[in-house]
Amino acid sequence: MSENHDEHITPYKTYVIIWLILMALTVITVYVAREIDLGSINLFVAMIIASIKATIVALFFMHLKYEDSITWVFALYPLFLLSLLIGLTSIDVFNRIVP
Amino acid sequence: MATGTAATISEPSFLEYKSGFRSWFYTTDHKRIGILYLVSISIFFIIAGSIAIVMRAELFTPESNIVSPHTYNVLFTLHGSLMVFFFIVPGISASLGNFLIPLMIGARDVAFPKLNLGSYWLYLIGAAILLFALLEPADTGWTFYTPYSAKTNTNVILLTLGIFVLGFSSILTGLNFIVTIHKMRAPGMTWHRLPLFIWALYSTAILQLLATPVVGITLLLLIAERTLGIGFFDPDKGGDPVLFQNFFWFYSHPAVYIMIIPAMGVISEILPVFSRKPIFGYKAIAYSSVAIAIISFFVWAHHLFVAGISETAAIIFSFLTFLVAVPTAIKVFNWLATLYKGSIQFHSAMLYALSFLFLFTVGGLTGLHVGALAADIHLHDTYFVVAHMHYVMIGGTVMGFFGALHFWYPKWFGKMLDDTLGKIAWFFVFIGFNVTFFPQFFLGVQGMPRRYATYLPEFESLMKLSTIGSWILAIGMIIMAYNLIKSLYSGEKAPDNPYNSLSLEWQTSSPPILENFKEIPVVTDWSYGYGKKG
Repeated sequence: MSENHDEHITPYKTYVIIWLILMALTVITVYVAREIDLGSINLFVAMIIASIKATIVALFFMHLKYEDSITWVFALYPLFLLSLLIGLTSIDVFNRIVP
Repeated sequence: MATGTAATISEPSFLEYKSGFRSWFYTTDHKRIGILYLVSISIFFIIAGSIAIVMRAELFTPESNIVSPHTYNVLFTLHGSLMVFFFIVPGISASLGNFLIPLMIGARDVAFPKLNLGSYWLYLIGAAILLFALLEPADTGWTFYTPYSAKTNTNVILLTLGIFVLGFSSILTGLNFIVTIHKMRAPGMTWHRLPLFIWALYSTAILQLLATPVVGITLLLLIAERTLGIGFFDPDKGGDPVLFQNFFWFYSHPAVYIMIIPAMGVISEILPVFSRKPIFGYKAIAYSSVAIAIISFFVWAHHLFVAGISETAAIIFSFLTFLVAVPTAIKVFNWLATLYKGSIQFHSAMLYALSFLFLFTVGGLTGLHVGALAADIHLHDTYFVVAHMHYVMIGGTVMGFFGALHFWYPKWFGKMLDDTLGKIAWFFVFIGFNVTFFPQFFLGVQGMPRRYATYLPEFESLMKLSTIGSWILAIGMIIMAYNLIKSLYSGEKAPDNPYNSLSLEWQTSSPPILENFKEIPVVTDWSYGYGKKG
């Protein structure tokens, strides 16, 4: 039953490019936070950049891009759970009757 | 159902091939690790059970006369924490799962044997931290609700830290089991030939892997609030105390299923063997385990109905709670159908399995009472909840655990249990359990709140009855422990397959050799084909 799938070997060049992209996104995060006042949107911008970085790390550094479908299921299911935790808790928070 | 399994094996068993402390403490053999877990969880079960006996003794009279109210608070905190985190969560999964998964799928070990040993060591480290926590034990209850847990002077930090470390043990065990079941199955062991116990442990492992980190982070946030003063849960610092309950139950409700699903797997193995019938509705039982694992994440806020959550959320969660009853009921109906017209043998393991069917159904149905919004307002935090929870946890999980102990004992230790003594112990356990907890439903409906060392005189007769029940239960446990230990030394030698079971673990020697099978078996059929002619 054990399956032998081919190990994908990522070239160093790809890792360096990904690292540079991550560094650039870090600089953008700091720059947006310090220099540009977007008000309440600031948080969303920071979260979106962080999400992009996490996705890149998962895809390339953690090899998710080259994995089979079951690994994808296990990688994405926690995101679904996170959305569930935030979504269903929000139903409570936004519908509370505050005296 | 399998070819390639040797009928007689002359190699030394996993118990005999090496001896001494180091051979156990550094072992990477899944069977030995399973036994290490079994011994460890049994120790915690005895400690937590003894605490329960002291608590019930205190409740024999309305006044506080054996322990002080503060000590009583400490006792129920310890009882709950030990039973939940140190016994039931790792119980069937880590001890029986470790021993049985490779044997049942035809593998030589789990996928990551060293990680497996690491998981056990983490369990020990968690236990050691807990021992330090006992120097000034917490009095918050096992749920550690804020704001009290953020303010009490007792040692909440060490206890939660111990549970945090324990969480990693649970996560890594879950990860190990998932990979093992995916990658290590014997040739021919397709998903639809897998024993239902394996399906159950697979579903449990998903929960362990995905839900446990949430409680770990929640307890870390609590520690951060206590030590650094960061306002996660304290309203004075901009926090929200209900947030703690949301986080806590996001793990702890799925954790209820981490506790019960493995027991359901045990029942699915015992019933067909002692009914001599194929399991009814194999796929329905298998997929309902996965369905429970998924739906259990949608229901957590039913623990918060009276905590001030919005009506909209409460209505949605009440509805979702009723959904989880569906896959659970599917299992119960299929088990009953398995028994129908079966050639039933009342072996002691079967008696525990039948008790599970009856008691878990009571526990499950009373769960619907507290899942219903209007009823919950009356029943919340009363003895009704205590009774419901114990009918699920003891009536369900512990009965399944005891059934498993009696069923697989010959495979583990190569000795037969004294079945007559096993039946006597079962009788005391079954009667004692019901006498202890059934009156608590009535106490709850009449308004007796949980977690109080004293009570009004009107509750005295039912409280006394409940305490007497705890003594009967304890007698049953002592007889069982005597039987388990006595049989190790003087039990009759067990044959390889004493029940003529068809699943793989019985096709090797009792106890198994170091690497389980002489040759990896080739599976040609499922393991529930009982009662076929010819």
